[in-house]
Amino acid sequence: MSSSSVEHAHAGHHAPTGFIRKYVFSLDHKVIGIQYYFLGLFSVFVGMTLSVLMRYHMVNPNVAVSWFSVLWPHAAQGGVMTPELYLSLMTMHGTIMVFFVLTTVPQGGFGNYFLPIQIGAEDMAFPVLNMMSFWTTFIALVVMIAAFFVDGGAPLSGWTAYPPLSGAGPATGPGEGMGQNLWILSIAIFCGASLMGAINFIATTVDLRCKGMTLMRMPLTCWTWLVTAILGLLGFAVLLSAGVLLLLDRTVGTSFFLPAGLMISDRIITAHKGGSPLLWQHLFWFFGHPEVYIAILPGMGVTSQLLSTFSRKPIFGYKAMVYAILSIGFLGFLVWGHHMFMSGMNPYSAMAFSILTMCIGVPSAIKTFNWIGTLWNGKIHFDTAMMFALGFVSLFVTGGVSGIFLGQPALDLYFHDTYFVVGHFHMIMGVAAIFGMFAGTFYWFPKASGRMLNEPMGKLHFYLTFIGVYAIFTPMHYLGLAGNPRRYSAFTDVEYLGKLIPVHQFMSYAAYFTAAVQIIFVINLFWSIFKGPKAPDNPWKSTTLEWAIPSPPPFDNFGGVHPVVYHGPYEYSVPGAETDFIMQTDPPSQVHSVV
Amino acid sequence: MDMAGSHTHDIGVNRRASFTGLWVLLAASTMVFAAFSSAFVVRRGLSDDWAAMHKPPVLFVNTLVLLASSVVLDQSRTALRSGNRSGFNLWWTIATGLGILFLCGQGVAWYQLKEAGVFVSTNPSSSFFYVLTAAHAFHLVGGVAALLYVDVQAWRLRLGPAKRTAIDVTAIFWHFLDGLWLYLMILFYVWG
Repeated sequence: MSSSSVEHAHAGHHAPTGFIRKYVFSLDHKVIGIQYYFLGLFSVFVGMTLSVLMRYHMVNPNVAVSWFSVLWPHAAQGGVMTPELYLSLMTMHGTIMVFFVLTTVPQGGFGNYFLPIQIGAEDMAFPVLNMMSFWTTFIALVVMIAAFFVDGGAPLSGWTAYPPLSGAGPATGPGEGMGQNLWILSIAIFCGASLMGAINFIATTVDLRCKGMTLMRMPLTCWTWLVTAILGLLGFAVLLSAGVLLLLDRTVGTSFFLPAGLMISDRIITAHKGGSPLLWQHLFWFFGHPEVYIAILPGMGVTSQLLSTFSRKPIFGYKAMVYAILSIGFLGFLVWGHHMFMSGMNPYSAMAFSILTMCIGVPSAIKTFNWIGTLWNGKIHFDTAMMFALGFVSLFVTGGVSGIFLGQPALDLYFHDTYFVVGHFHMIMGVAAIFGMFAGTFYWFPKASGRMLNEPMGKLHFYLTFIGVYAIFTPMHYLGLAGNPRRYSAFTDVEYLGKLIPVHQFMSYAAYFTAAVQIIFVINLFWSIFKGPKAPDNPWKSTTLEWAIPSPPPFDNFGGVHPVVYHGPYEYSVPGAETDFIMQTDPPSQVHSVV
Repeated sequence: MDMAGSHTHDIGVNRRASFTGLWVLLAASTMVFAAFSSAFVVRRGLSDDWAAMHKPPVLFVNTLVLLASSVVLDQSRTALRSGNRSGFNLWWTIATGLGILFLCGQGVAWYQLKEAGVFVSTNPSSSFFYVLTAAHAFHLVGGVAALLYVDVQAWRLRLGPAKRTAIDVTAIFWHFLDGLWLYLMILFYVWG
């Protein structure tokens, strides 16, 4: 009776041999992590292409491009995009980037690959669930992309899908028929995948840590993956509920979010009454704000890990960092209202949301100062991974400071529908998180592939991208101050906006440039996978568990050995130690032999 | 639930991880219903078109059936603890049957509503009634699948120590759905 379960227990020690079990429907967290990474890489290029098309259209609204009419026979007749097509590109850009890049790669990609190794586990707690989580995400992406190809094309209600626009059906515009239905369906599927992932991350962190790996010895990356999983768990569940209600409003004529007396294209909509569009905003942002931290927290973890490693110094204030991560996660659930200052909410509510928003500045500042404290007097190694981590800190501060303006209801009323907001969230949530991913890629690529990425190419890519993103997003703050509204597809018909077009042209050129230089990264990545120089087991002289095993790691990570941890994660330059780093697995006797 | 059984750890670790996974799952389900509930309260409070709907009395029968299934399920676990395997099999099978009966009863309730002309879009109260009962039933289908899995394993005499975790996890999940249903009944009858 129990023999079958014993056999089952042993079966896992052998790596699968068939191609499908090994690379497609793999149960190995490392393969699944790489699958997530490449899903995100594909998505980021789709999303980036959409943004380049948008930037082109904004500064050339009336220029006919022949292949536009091939791609979109209806929405770009004669090669000129309609404003509706612009909005659908915007919607899909935001959706794909937020869900399939920012949510997927830092957590599903890096987290899947390195969480189990960093805590000394052989795999995730539930490998089958892990596989299902990836493939469910894949299906969600396919459904989302399919929205481009159905009648009417992709939806145009933005990644926030505010009703009534998102709820009232095809009358509100092309893409608001089947396209919007597919959008909601895809998001619902994605919610399911995220919940599966969260279950795995939390159970793995709580129960599968190896001997000696106390919570306060976990690398900060693991802390951020844990808190991100908790945020995803609580947030995506609410988004799922909201999505179900929105889909019902669209398909069976309920009135959760749609009020009476809607007038669309000179027609009064009589099918609905009594619903509340604001209800959607509350449900959406209850998810949406934690989502911001889902995107950025793992980047903070990677940055902490890298700043410590490449400064050859312990992270400044490890415990403070942990508490800061936890309080950012907690406060993240109390501030959703700051996305809704424009909704006419009670000023006292706005004040409460504003004060809580300011409170998040405290743990964020703790993190920033601790990063600077870590760098202070360090022997800094400027490898590409470190450059991107420093870039993360820079972008995080730049994007964070504008958040303090937006957190004031009085200022937000002016800024809210301008480019100031676009600049803010791209800096902090978009580009900072992307820099965290680049940092993670350069740091962990040697471990995952067994080869090194090319450093000169990496540096070149870093500098050009760093300059490029600042050139794109800094002027947006100025445009916002000048009152330039967001979501407009062109600025030619309004006099005061016409004067701002040169700024837009500069930003568009910066966007083309930044998109183009990403090719350096792609070449570096794929060339190095096959041709890069062989990587040693621990090229950065890091301390955490993944660097104690071969590159690439064996199937069960530790070759059947159960690792034992004796040290905290960031013991660099310990006085009296033989080397300037002490691996977490180094036995105490070995460390102090020189003293 | 073999799915829960990761392949390389010992049974104790598996058991702990399975319970953690279960609590996390229950937290997620709680959030789903919390979101629906908050939408329910807000939607009801914000507008004047909310009309209390007629609830089919069969819901009370269903409630009793579901409560009974939980009681019987614990009866079977008590039997297993005292080594009475055939008792376990019998009680567990009855609990599974009651679970399926509850689902059928919910189907009857929906049918009666349909006959009475109450549909999803009739009134926000009926919209929420259908959404909440469907979401609960969706969870219950998963619960019944787990009950059936354990039941089949039990009758095939394959309840090794690893399967005890499946039994406990399934039972707790089932009790959760039971409590959730009581909560929904209160919501329907007090505010619906």
